[in-house]
Amino acid sequence: MELNILNIGVLTWLTFLPVLGMIIVLLIPKEQKTAMRWTSLAFTLAQVVLACMVFAKFDRTLAGVNSADTMQFKELFNWINVKSTGWFGSIKIDYFLGIDGISMPMVFLTALISCIAVISSWNIEKSVKGYFALLLLLDTGMMGVFVSLDFFLFYIFWEVMLLPMYFLIGVWGGPRREYAAIKFFLYTLLGSVLLLLAMLALYFSVSVIDPATGEKIHTFNMLAMMDPANYDAGSILSGVSTYWRYMAYIAIFIGFAIKVPIFPFHTWLPDAHVEAPTAISVILAGVLLKMGTYGLMRIAFPIFPDAAMHYLYPLAFLGFVNIIYGALCAMAQKDFKKLIAYSSVSHMGIVILGMAAMNTQGMLGGMLQMFNHGTITAMLFLIVGVIYDRAHTRGLDDFGGLMNKMPKYSGIMVVAFFAAIGLPGLSGFISEAFSFLGAFQTFRWLTVASAFGIVLTAGYMLWTLQRVFLGTLPEKWNDLTDINGRELTMLIPLAIITIVLGIYPTLMLDVMNVSANTLVDLVRNSATAVTGN
Amino acid sequence: MLETIIQNLSTILPEVIVTVTLCVVLLVHLFDRKNIQMMTLLTVAGLLGAFYVLTGTIGTNTTAFSGMLSVDPFANFFKIVIVLATIVVALMSRTSDEVNAERSTIGEYYFLLLSMALGMMFMVGASNLLMMYLTLEMSSLSSYVASGFTRKAKDSSEASLKYLIYGAFSSGVMLYGISIIYGLTGTLDITAINSVLAQGSSSPLALIVATTFILVGFGYKISAVPFHFWTPDVYEGAPTAITAFLSVASKAAGFAMMMRAFKVMFIDPAATGLPDGSWAMLSGVHLQHALMVLSVLTMTLGNLVALWQDNVKRMLAYSSIAQAGYMLLGLVVLGNDGFSAVMIYFVVYLFMNLGAFYAVMLVANTLKSEHVDHYKGLGKRAPLLSVALAIFLVSLTGLPPTAGFIGKWMIFLSLINAKMIGIAIVGVLNSVVSLYYYVRIIRNMFLREAESGETAPLQFSFDQKMLLLFLLIPTLYFGLFFDQLVQFAQMSVQMFGVR
Repeated sequence: MELNILNIGVLTWLTFLPVLGMIIVLLIPKEQKTAMRWTSLAFTLAQVVLACMVFAKFDRTLAGVNSADTMQFKELFNWINVKSTGWFGSIKIDYFLGIDGISMPMVFLTALISCIAVISSWNIEKSVKGYFALLLLLDTGMMGVFVSLDFFLFYIFWEVMLLPMYFLIGVWGGPRREYAAIKFFLYTLLGSVLLLLAMLALYFSVSVIDPATGEKIHTFNMLAMMDPANYDAGSILSGVSTYWRYMAYIAIFIGFAIKVPIFPFHTWLPDAHVEAPTAISVILAGVLLKMGTYGLMRIAFPIFPDAAMHYLYPLAFLGFVNIIYGALCAMAQKDFKKLIAYSSVSHMGIVILGMAAMNTQGMLGGMLQMFNHGTITAMLFLIVGVIYDRAHTRGLDDFGGLMNKMPKYSGIMVVAFFAAIGLPGLSGFISEAFSFLGAFQTFRWLTVASAFGIVLTAGYMLWTLQRVFLGTLPEKWNDLTDINGRELTMLIPLAIITIVLGIYPTLMLDVMNVSANTLVDLVRNSATAVTGN
Repeated sequence: MLETIIQNLSTILPEVIVTVTLCVVLLVHLFDRKNIQMMTLLTVAGLLGAFYVLTGTIGTNTTAFSGMLSVDPFANFFKIVIVLATIVVALMSRTSDEVNAERSTIGEYYFLLLSMALGMMFMVGASNLLMMYLTLEMSSLSSYVASGFTRKAKDSSEASLKYLIYGAFSSGVMLYGISIIYGLTGTLDITAINSVLAQGSSSPLALIVATTFILVGFGYKISAVPFHFWTPDVYEGAPTAITAFLSVASKAAGFAMMMRAFKVMFIDPAATGLPDGSWAMLSGVHLQHALMVLSVLTMTLGNLVALWQDNVKRMLAYSSIAQAGYMLLGLVVLGNDGFSAVMIYFVVYLFMNLGAFYAVMLVANTLKSEHVDHYKGLGKRAPLLSVALAIFLVSLTGLPPTAGFIGKWMIFLSLINAKMIGIAIVGVLNSVVSLYYYVRIIRNMFLREAESGETAPLQFSFDQKMLLLFLLIPTLYFGLFFDQLVQFAQMSVQMFGVR
């Protein structure tokens, strides 16, 4: 499948459109804030349109995962080419983009959430130019992570996100923004340097024949790293189930686990969420967290199937801890936003548990949960943002009876809350059911214990609903206004997606199905091959 | 005799050009005492000439003056780095308030700058222990004077004196080491020393003592822990332009000399040309372990102490100690890939470190302060400068897509290739630590408002902005397109007399 616009591949457009937007925003004179907002909106909307086109043209029968032939919308150019010196082989790094069923939903989600983030940033008045420029740069970094198939390129995009995120939290955030921003920065950097070392070890272990010269060269191509035949004999990561392979897997795992965040690496998340402005929370929960689980699926599992199988149970256990711990923490919160942040920890645990099941249902459930959590949590953060904009407080106990005062707002809220609880008919149910269904086959008791998290979720969600929306309205909120048109514009698409995917999940499952199967087979088969020997 | 000398002069044409330039500068100074524009023009013109000759003679591989000096790709590479750094520093100095305050002796300033550069250019080619010692002293002597150049500032004089005492001590120790080597081998030529040592008859204890003592001299020049004590004081006290110069060019020359000495003297000639490009050392020489300890100490201490600094210049001094630690990691590999990684790092370091010091100098010119608190709110008052400084600092941390990432990446590439995982982990963890203090400056510039309520924008002249951009663009460019740079460094790793 290919799609070119002006002879440039659609994935390049998707990735670098925001950078174009950023340049234009930087060129707009400082006073014209509205122009900057509209420019950012135009570019992110164009991104959404492209993502929809890609989604429509995407061939649902091709698997991707480890085969370059079935990757779609591929773009492959040589980027760095250092010639061989005799004592050091040539270094070749490709600009290699492509998507499959794992990345397609994420690409769509990234485009959608970025656009919604721009709309929800409309009221930002402090250094508007810097804000939108950084937001667009962040968008490029996120999109790049999901479309790159070269580990080096992936890493560059992965790191490009850090600095914009630091500033977006640090400059436009709440009272403790500096602390939250540097904590986020340090945690993520710690994870990514471990990723860097694993990446270099992989580089020296894998070599392919260069089609141009016939010479054997090392490569950063992820797909080549997934093929055991490409590992040089005697290299550090060759063989199966070796000490260094386990170490490299753990290094990569920590790198991604910090992003997810998996307990005990999660402590940056509540701080970052509470301090970040609404739009940034939306991006953080909607897209950034997914990068961790995406990285596990794209890199950790297929490249280290032996280690993945070896550490399957610990992974599932961490998923369980995330679900229960996140839910319990959420229950104890008095701050609306912090509650949603911990609910994210809990919901990402379901993704981890589903993935760890390592069967089709679990994997599909995990992948769908990534998408659904992206939309649902985005809604929840937007809902918090709406009320915070009006009341300038997020204390759960400060409110009550908003249902009558703000009926339209409450309508949307009900959809989001019940989707988060996992009510049948809304998207959250499908993905959670799939995840638990898959996990039940592999880890029976752990899944039973984890399913208790659903009860806890219902508990804190309904309790929140009761405290904020039911009861009597305190006098001081008598002049609260209902949700306005702009806020509806950003919430309604998400609500529609939540409902549609709840009724007709095939729309998204169709895209992921073949890839999820292939991924599971790849990991399972290489593991049985080992035990067979 | 005279004929060979004159013939040999043509091989060191760049050095000759610099020598002529510094004579001209001194002469002009006699007649036109305060003309800083003229001095800069002369200096830069001379250096550009030397640069032109250097880029034209890439690939030359020979020796001059009966083996005293090597004129090989390795030396050429470092000479290019040094000359580039000198050009930038000469331009920096022109608008430096500290330098302009001593207008009446401005000729001496440029003379000192050029003679430092000249000493360093000889250092990188020196292939005889005596020559090494002499060139080291030559560059050091000018550095002592240059760091005390602002006579009216008390800390500048203090810096100069401290530098002198440390320098004298370390070079004395080094000289002692050299004398032991001479006693063991009966020669001072490093290639000849290698062949004598390779016979394996020398006392191992004497050899260890001698290498350690020589390491002290090098360690002092590159400010490796525990020979670094002079660095923070000198870097803080010296005029910023000189600090920038010392942190880049002086370090480059020290590294180049150290790399040449170790590779040529202590390599096992029977075991060279191993397929992966690493070398075996002579038995009894435990350089790898010594370097490993040195590099871990250097980067860890540099980074940890930098966390507590409030003076930006002093912070950058400790940061440059830490940076030397990363570069030492490349030496630990003892292979061509490690060495070329160090060379790549120096090119990157040239731009980012000079850039950071230049930005600090520009701020100090206006605000008269180097305290980190005075950087608050600078993002609004001087957007271009703040963004540039932020990029330099991010690059020093080693985050993509800046050139600093490529420098670190190449070093870790060589470490992983040599399967030195443990020390690589120490290295990457250090760069996480370093993020904290680099970001502290960025945080003050962008996240905080100025305390004094001062909001007047800082004014910079057109040429100051251009120089800043000249340093900024490569810092970004090499982060994304580094193949030419890597190729050039890998080609230049070749030294005369070694396969």
